Amino acid sequence: MIIGLGHYLSVAAILFTLGIFGIFLNRKNVIIILMSIELILLAVNINLVAFSSFLGDIVGQVYALIVLTVAAAESAIGLAILVAYFRNRGSIAVEDINLMKG
Amino acid sequence: MIVNAIFFYLFAGICVASAVMVISARNPVHSVLFLILAFVNAAGLFVLLGAEFLAMILIIVYVGAVAVLFLFVVMMLDVDFTELRQGFLNYLPIGALVGAVLLVELLLVVGGWAIAPGVGHAGSASASMTNTQAIGLVLYTRYVYFFEAAGVILLVAMIGAIVMTLQHKPNVRRQNIAEQVARRTTSAIELVKVKPGQGLS
Repeated sequence: MIIGLGHYLSVAAILFTLGIFGIFLNRKNVIIILMSIELILLAVNINLVAFSSFLGDIVGQVYALIVLTVAAAESAIGLAILVAYFRNRGSIAVEDINLMKG
Repeated sequence: MIVNAIFFYLFAGICVASAVMVISARNPVHSVLFLILAFVNAAGLFVLLGAEFLAMILIIVYVGAVAVLFLFVVMMLDVDFTELRQGFLNYLPIGALVGAVLLVELLLVVGGWAIAPGVGHAGSASASMTNTQAIGLVLYTRYVYFFEAAGVILLVAMIGAIVMTLQHKPNVRRQNIAEQVARRTTSAIELVKVKPGQGLS
């Protein structure tokens, strides 16, 4: 029962799909959408680290570190936007965000 | 090796189960707590892969910073979350369809590839040094620009978050240091000749 690269890639694929599914499922709740994005980035990180470990190349972990940084920055900015939006509108319903008529 | 497999299935199973709970929990606070559980188990997977440094960073950054940030925002905003769950099942069919297609595609890709011979295990110097040391050797030399770019990204994120959430309330008295420093005795003190027997009116 050897755990190979395919096992880790499968876990990452399932996590990625769950993240996408979460975005579809919670269309109104922007906090859950941000958490789903975190799950997607975690799946990407698992892929990078798994390849880095099984190919014996440390550079994958460096890239995983960069992805981690970007994920942290993204969630901070997203939550700041959320707080500012809540102050203005008193709600965080994503479907009402159509001020720019895009 | 059997211990390795047992721990892999333990971490992977709990990670996937808590990811399911993140997207399906009724209370967003529970979602955040399950997100923490998912990240801790992903850190366990990283340890199994031999990436201890990244595992610890994952726990420090995600559990220590990001998840707490989420928790603060969820608790600070007074949002009626039951209202936000209206129409929760409206998007279930299309979401399930897209998710199933994506999962099948990803698993087909995972099952249908092979590493070309000769690729990999080129610079595996991990036997002689620790994982942290190996990362440091490439992160601060070949990838130093990536490292600094990461720092700039964090700086921009910090400034952006502060600018967006900082608000000046109009009724709060603040210290005006320039005004205080520019104050002279001529503007602060007024000498008045008071005639005897009369007060100041």
